[in-house]
Amino acid sequence: MTSSVIIEQLKREKILELLSQGKRIDGRELHDQRSLSIESGVIPKANGSARVRLGDTEVVTGVKIQPDKPFPDLGDKGILICTAEILPLADPKAEPGPPGEEVIELARVVDRGIRETEMLDLKQLVLIKDKSVIGIFVDSSVLNTDGNLFDACSYAAVAAILSCTVPKYEIKDDAPALVEGVTSKPPIKTTPVSVTMARIGDHIIVDPTADEEACMNARITITTNSDGNICALQKGGSDGFTNEQLIKCSEIALSVGTKIRKQLEQLM
Amino acid sequence: MTQLMNENGIRCDGRRIDQIRNVSIKVGVLKNADGSAYIEFGKNKILAGVFGPRDVHPKHMADQDSGILRCRYHMSPFSVTERKNPAPSRREIEISKVIKEALQPAVILKDFPRTVVDVFIEILQADGGSRCAALDAASVALVDAGIPMRDMVSACAAGKVADKIVLDVNDEEDKEGQADMPVAYMPNLGKVTLMQLDGILTPDEYKKCLETAIGGCKQVYEIQKKALMEKYFKNGEA
Repeated sequence: MTSSVIIEQLKREKILELLSQGKRIDGRELHDQRSLSIESGVIPKANGSARVRLGDTEVVTGVKIQPDKPFPDLGDKGILICTAEILPLADPKAEPGPPGEEVIELARVVDRGIRETEMLDLKQLVLIKDKSVIGIFVDSSVLNTDGNLFDACSYAAVAAILSCTVPKYEIKDDAPALVEGVTSKPPIKTTPVSVTMARIGDHIIVDPTADEEACMNARITITTNSDGNICALQKGGSDGFTNEQLIKCSEIALSVGTKIRKQLEQLM
Repeated sequence: MTQLMNENGIRCDGRRIDQIRNVSIKVGVLKNADGSAYIEFGKNKILAGVFGPRDVHPKHMADQDSGILRCRYHMSPFSVTERKNPAPSRREIEISKVIKEALQPAVILKDFPRTVVDVFIEILQADGGSRCAALDAASVALVDAGIPMRDMVSACAAGKVADKIVLDVNDEEDKEGQADMPVAYMPNLGKVTLMQLDGILTPDEYKKCLETAIGGCKQVYEIQKKALMEKYFKNGEA
């Protein structure tokens, strides 16, 4: 065994020992999040941007808005695409190259949270039905990893969208043209908040760190909207949850989500 | 737009809200695989083949302390209305991952260090709920391959259609409906091993939807058991 493996094992035992007393290794309560800082407008060349620090997990998201063709079956709606990537500088284990299944899952869960809550009224982003619409591209880059990339990316994406300005486009000679100096607010309908929890033994903990993720049995990400509904969910990890645990998780997601939503909505 | 439910609460394919589609499972359909199953779940037609425990390639994936599980969910180009590019899409990669994580709690691979169990799933024809149907077939194929297991994994979706919570969402209901919640469940251990949600549910609807889906999983479990008995106990008696 190399020394790092021994340290991992010792940390794991400590985390489990503390949890059996209802405590966490960094002193948080089971349902507490780490400190969350959200800064918007960090990339002035983007139409909206945000940098989020959730403990030591750090993400920057930029929103670019430009005309595009609609999806063939959704001609009456603008385009929304959310991506996420873990930059090679974010983690000694990260490598450049095509995304693995974990990164693809991350991007799709972030996208699903924003899409399924219907955060944006995409019907307001149509220039010519079936031909030309406004596309909102929300790209998140993980700069430093320490667990719970799902929530960090999701908060950064939501913050970047909330704080973005939409440039005005008009149709000239059948093609969309930018109207200089005119912008509007994005058509926001609700503020999605994702809350990720890990199950370690019988304990449900909110916002796991990388060390805690290394010990978890299973993970769940639940996204709620401003009306207190549950809109998107993803279970992960190599074990399961009981029905009772899943109901408890939904209640935690709603109560923790309310606090985060207030912090996000200050950016509007 | 098709009407998803009529005034008598009958759905667009003639089912009641608490009724699953016709499901049939056949065990041991592939000669070369160590275990296999074919499922028809409504209009879904899905093959699952299991290989292993066998040597791991590439070798660096091997675990010195346990066997590993790999899973590939793949849709044939002809399985959907518009031809699908045969290269694995991001959706298929994500579904492969959640299916693997749904099966992992059930399989016991500790006794097969440095080996892999490969689960290959081919969607020959897709209807709504293909990931659940694929899981149902994969779980039976793992049993057929003789892989030690803690429990069966049975999967079924529930959702919200025309303001009602319904069992087993079909293709039209998935596209036009209000919510879709695929669930996989280990019926004897009482554990949910896959769960996703697209769509808006109140907390009460969430509870009901989850309960409804678990009820569907239990129905599928009986069909899986029957299919295995048909192969291994000719008269259908245990």
